Amino acid sequence: MTDDAPGALEAHLRSQRDAGRKLLVPYVTGGLGEHWLEVIEAMTAAGADAVEVGIPFSDPVMDGPTIQEASQRSLDGGATPLGILGSLEGLHVGVPLVAMTYYNLVFRTGHRRFARSLTASRVAGAIVPDVPLEELDDWSRAADDAGVETVLLAAPVTPDDRLARICERSRGFVYGVSVMGITGERQSLAESAAVMAKRLKAVTDKPVLIGFGVSTPAHAVEAAAEADGVIVASALMRRLLDGASPEDLGALVAEMRAALDAG
Amino acid sequence: MSEPSPGGRFGDYGGAFVPESLIPACQELDRAFRSAWGEQAFHDQYEQILEEHAGRPTPVTDATRLSERLGVRVLLKREDLTHTGSHKINNVVGQALLARRMGKHRVIAETGAGQHGVATATACAMFGMECVVYMGEVDVERQALNVFRMKLLGAEVRPVASGSRTLKDAINEALRDWVASVESTHYCLGSVTGPHPYPWMVRELQRIVGDEAREQCRRILDGTDPDYVVACVGGGSNAAGTFAGFVDTLARLVGVEPAGGAAVGRGLPGVVHGSRSMLLQDEHGQVSESHTISAGLDYPGVGPEHAHLAAAGRATYVAAEDGEVLDALQLLAVTEGIIPALEPAHAVAWVARAAGTEDLPEGSTVLVTMSGRGDKDAQQVMDILG
Ligand SMILES: Cc1ncc(COP(=O)(O)O)c(C=O)c1O
Repeated sequence: MTDDAPGALEAHLRSQRDAGRKLLVPYVTGGLGEHWLEVIEAMTAAGADAVEVGIPFSDPVMDGPTIQEASQRSLDGGATPLGILGSLEGLHVGVPLVAMTYYNLVFRTGHRRFARSLTASRVAGAIVPDVPLEELDDWSRAADDAGVETVLLAAPVTPDDRLARICERSRGFVYGVSVMGITGERQSLAESAAVMAKRLKAVTDKPVLIGFGVSTPAHAVEAAAEADGVIVASALMRRLLDGASPEDLGALVAEMRAALDAG
Repeated sequence: MSEPSPGGRFGDYGGAFVPESLIPACQELDRAFRSAWGEQAFHDQYEQILEEHAGRPTPVTDATRLSERLGVRVLLKREDLTHTGSHKINNVVGQALLARRMGKHRVIAETGAGQHGVATATACAMFGMECVVYMGEVDVERQALNVFRMKLLGAEVRPVASGSRTLKDAINEALRDWVASVESTHYCLGSVTGPHPYPWMVRELQRIVGDEAREQCRRILDGTDPDYVVACVGGGSNAAGTFAGFVDTLARLVGVEPAGGAAVGRGLPGVVHGSRSMLLQDEHGQVSESHTISAGLDYPGVGPEHAHLAAAGRATYVAAEDGEVLDALQLLAVTEGIIPALEPAHAVAWVARAAGTEDLPEGSTVLVTMSGRGDKDAQQVMDILG
């Protein structure tokens, strides 16, 4: 894949953005509870532009208590990476899916086998936060060959020259981490979120999404002011862990959608 | 043992598999260590602190009664005699100096047995730095004495309730802290694990053990090197430091892992806590829990350089069971008057088992690193032995 030929994920997000829409990408932990596939459907019906599906890892160092608990519960329920991907095969939601996982699951499964499993389940993109630029080649070769778009993360401490290289190598979109920290709900959006978004928008035309701590519709609007859209994870998973139904989560996503559409 | 590649590789192992948020800090640390380690003044300062505050150099003891019992000549490198009671102080003094050089006023650490936590708390007290130590709840309980020591030294101990509630989870939590605090905080990692530059840097900061021991052995052994050099392996820092002094000799290097946490012996290549190494894991890549009486060795991974030394055939890795470790602890106590920590008791256990076999033929000379003393384990061992 080359820069001139964006994959399905990037093409979809670009066309939504270019049509004037702010992008909304909710997250769900794969295998969490009995209804996680319905949660994806409800989120999509509520106006998600893509859905991020977490493939739980035993040691998620980038995640706060909520995603840790969601991952642990999913694993305790017997979820496996290929099992989760297999379940996605039958899902037809009409927006791209993006897998989020940690590198050891990819490494153990095998780069090519993992990439092919994503494609077989029509998962368009992958986020592997513990694979930085320097360690990217083994995975990205396999992903590129299989047509999987690897989304890279940029952090507030990333220096400018490195930021440009991340944007160049990132596929699908660029994931701007809003804050120095791990995932989790926060009272207010970090001031670093807007700075991150501005810095990214200045160096790339790829869709720029801001994630980490986007917890409310107001946060979403605030983050999307500079960025092309947002990723929302812990705020949704907290409710799923507390027993919310797919409809409840759909309603929450709909609220965020409405807020973003109203600007 | 040589320098890793610029990306931190020892053969196929190592690297820096960390989130983007930590990359600048790892690079800064690499630069800071590289420049400091190239300066004589830094070495002088590091060695002076270890001499004046930590009791270096530590002796090598000719363990004559144990040797008589086993039919091999055992020499003990006495890291148990350092201030704070284990080799961990060597690494921590170096990292505390680096933290100060980088202008970081807060230091975080993980700890299993509590020895690295105590050493870090000690150095922070000496340097006037804030100290937070993450420790799994299981370890907080079985190493209660060290928890209290850390608190006396002014450190905050944060119990970790996630996962297996041991060392692996303490490292996860320390990394999570570091992602949020990296601009003001130095992560003082306690072993030759983690992302580059840690495995290399910690080995270099521990090589004082092996460098001293080589000279001491030559004095005792009429200018020759021991036939075998043995150390216990959790993450592998005391072993790496010891091996560094002997890798260029003809000595056979033996790392002793706990049977319930034998990452080199029973693991598969994997990536956790920032580096590619050998790892206990299931078929999907989920990290397995290790199980051993020794909190300091209770870790499903191992430093990448050990994975490399094993793959290259330069070092051999063997395992010791809990039961023989307890026997070895008592054997060393009654023959030499030395109560070792449970961790180095693994190394003694292998020597006791292998002595007189083809793995360690009768009449061989063997250096064993006593990585720490047994005070911290007295309560636990008392409970087990009744
Ligand atoms: C006395 C002692 N030896 C060994 C270890 C294991 O660490 P490493 O394998 O890094 O030497 C510990 C860790 O807590 C320890 O306290």
